[in-house]
Amino acid sequence: MSNYTAIREWADEKTADKTRIIVGLGTCGIAAGGNKILEAVEKTLANNDDIKAEVVSVGCIGICYKEPLLDIEIPGQPRLSYGSVTAKDTREIIQNIFLDSKYEHKKTLATINDEAFAEIPSWKEIPFFAPQERRVLRNCGFIDPEKIEDYIANDGYLGLSRALLDMTPAAVVEETLKAGLRGRGGAGFPAGRKWSIAADNINAYKEENPDSDSFGYIICNADEGDPGAFMNRSVLEGDPHSVIEGMTIAGYAIGASYGYIYCRAEYPLAIERLKLALDQAREKNLLGKNILGTEFSFDLKLKEGAGAFVCGEETALIASVEGLRGMPMPRPPYPAQAGLWEVPTIINNVETLNNIPVILAKGADSWAEKGTEKSKGTKTFALTGKVENTGLIEVELGMSLREVIYDIGGGIPDGKEFKAAQTGGPSGGCLPASMLDLTIDYEALAKAGSIMGSGGLVIMDESTCMVDVARYFLTFTQAESCGKCVPCRLGTKRMLEILTRITEGKGKIEDIALLEELAPSIRDSSLCGLGQSAPNPVLTTLRYFRDEYEAHILEGRCPAGQCKALITYTIDEVDCTGCTVCARACPVDAISGAKKELHIIDTDICTRCDTCRQVCNFDAVLVA
Amino acid sequence: MTVSTQDRSALIPLLQQVQVEMGYVPREAIDEIGAVLRVSTSDIFGVLTFYAQFRLTPVGRHQVKICQGTACHVQGAPLITDAVEEELGLDDDHDTTEDGEFTLEKVACFGACSLAPVMIIDEDTKGNITPDKARRMVRKLIKAQAKKNAAAKTNAEAKNE
Repeated sequence: MSNYTAIREWADEKTADKTRIIVGLGTCGIAAGGNKILEAVEKTLANNDDIKAEVVSVGCIGICYKEPLLDIEIPGQPRLSYGSVTAKDTREIIQNIFLDSKYEHKKTLATINDEAFAEIPSWKEIPFFAPQERRVLRNCGFIDPEKIEDYIANDGYLGLSRALLDMTPAAVVEETLKAGLRGRGGAGFPAGRKWSIAADNINAYKEENPDSDSFGYIICNADEGDPGAFMNRSVLEGDPHSVIEGMTIAGYAIGASYGYIYCRAEYPLAIERLKLALDQAREKNLLGKNILGTEFSFDLKLKEGAGAFVCGEETALIASVEGLRGMPMPRPPYPAQAGLWEVPTIINNVETLNNIPVILAKGADSWAEKGTEKSKGTKTFALTGKVENTGLIEVELGMSLREVIYDIGGGIPDGKEFKAAQTGGPSGGCLPASMLDLTIDYEALAKAGSIMGSGGLVIMDESTCMVDVARYFLTFTQAESCGKCVPCRLGTKRMLEILTRITEGKGKIEDIALLEELAPSIRDSSLCGLGQSAPNPVLTTLRYFRDEYEAHILEGRCPAGQCKALITYTIDEVDCTGCTVCARACPVDAISGAKKELHIIDTDICTRCDTCRQVCNFDAVLVA
Repeated sequence: MTVSTQDRSALIPLLQQVQVEMGYVPREAIDEIGAVLRVSTSDIFGVLTFYAQFRLTPVGRHQVKICQGTACHVQGAPLITDAVEEELGLDDDHDTTEDGEFTLEKVACFGACSLAPVMIIDEDTKGNITPDKARRMVRKLIKAQAKKNAAAKTNAEAKNE
């Protein structure tokens, strides 16, 4: 244990008792203007010699709707968080706190602590945070992802040291099985079982090919391709070492000495931070030869994906690592039998691997206390769309959709009606208001026709057209279909044509039956998960929102007012003040009318671009 | 020279490197990489056209990217795409303006969903976009570049004289 103890002592010493000014600089933080806040912090410190603090940039803490975020951490006091800050706020907050011990500010959010402080509420009193259970996101927004000492000082690599020093590989597999951790990539296959199959195959491979360079591989699937999902990105950006540690433990458990992280090229910041983390881990002998002084050697390489959704499928991902077109292969053989370069390989998702160190450090029993009987632990979700509080959240499995949307999410903005919750991205489905009390677990979601998926949770309101949503997902899967098997290649194309026809007002009533016939055949006969799940958005919208399909076809009407071919824009005689704002904004000059007189839209010229409705200050533009 | 199966795995990283440096993968690079890795041109072409990341034609001076993720879609991304396409005179078959100044990319989810709809102009991420705002930003960009080009032209003429 001496080796880990030494590293831990080094980390504790390096991170102890520091006054820190923290800026959230995940991709979303940067997009919201986080870099300007960082500049403001640095400028304020440069202008005030008396203020001594370390400036730290962290990953996403999840409360995206309050970005950019500024946090102050002073030893002996709870960390204080301020949201939606400007450069001016930043200067004020820092000066108030450090020069006048004044903590309250109009941008105060909460303490990031179970205790309130100086009339600032605890984050446990904030509805967005209160029902959450942060386990996967334990470090996101707390540690500096570019410093390994921050990770180690928060029990980082403790799980690895327990595994390597106190447990046999078989015991590590056993512990993972006991925890009941299911794959967080979407399908929910038990991680321990996957490992146990791989370990057996790797042993057999070793006996048959004693001279091989490698007996097994572990691959981390960080090719988060679902549109509307950014859970893995946030973990990689905010806590990269957790994934490296999880992979190293997995490598030890199954007997692999080499691994790959296959990360989306669209995530440049995640890639940068992973590279840095890999170097730091090697430097501290947490990767490489004889890790922590044991016999176990393991190393990792980073591979950038090149933009193909199908590469989330295991066999396609392997083909892509090998430098080929990312096309799936029929299974068996499963990757655990013959994977990368025909060597037994396991592929785990980012979030699955991120859970592993916690299981090893705290024990399977403690880990499995949260969740339901069959769906253990917690799950992160990217809560987005038509919901008041958007962000990255983590909840105990078994929580209801209603709690997530209304308690954490704060409900639907602008007084509109909830229409649907979309889980599982293009492979999942849309759940209606009648299913709001559905619990979030693998079985319940599957029974409702959707899937858990990797964690995208897009909320839709009355102004979202469900036929258009189905068409949107089919546009995606049709474009991403690799073309290898006929049911997927042609099936998605035909379904897309039918859906497009319906949204254009050219649908026939037989089209519904045709979709209902096509969808199950595509689901049952496609080669891989992409094709097998592609009909889900169509099937669930047909199941729960059939009336919208019928309105498009039979009445030539889009109830949500979205489908361009079926809507017209008019101006309300009473509400129009003749302010000319819409006429000036109209890109095609379709609006006429003198100042202070009723304006009129020429529907023949109008392109339904929605600009007039958005710029009108009097809600006078009507869509029907 | 013999190439092991594992060397083949260098193909995608090499192509990515070319694209980072050139903005696209030119024909000469395909031939050169093919010769080094002993992979046929058609095979490399197959890989290039399979992955959305790769371009075979030069990219414009300015890049406008519009997110097509689910959150952006339900918040109105299609209307923004239409507006920007119209401003730049582009359509489904043309992603770069004839003068080579602007490329419009419709990209899969950026993962900045809480700011939906999202548009990126060069390196600058803009959230909560409306079609009207998008038009204004694009017009501003076109104007600024035209001004720069005119100044450069005047400079060049002055030098020639």
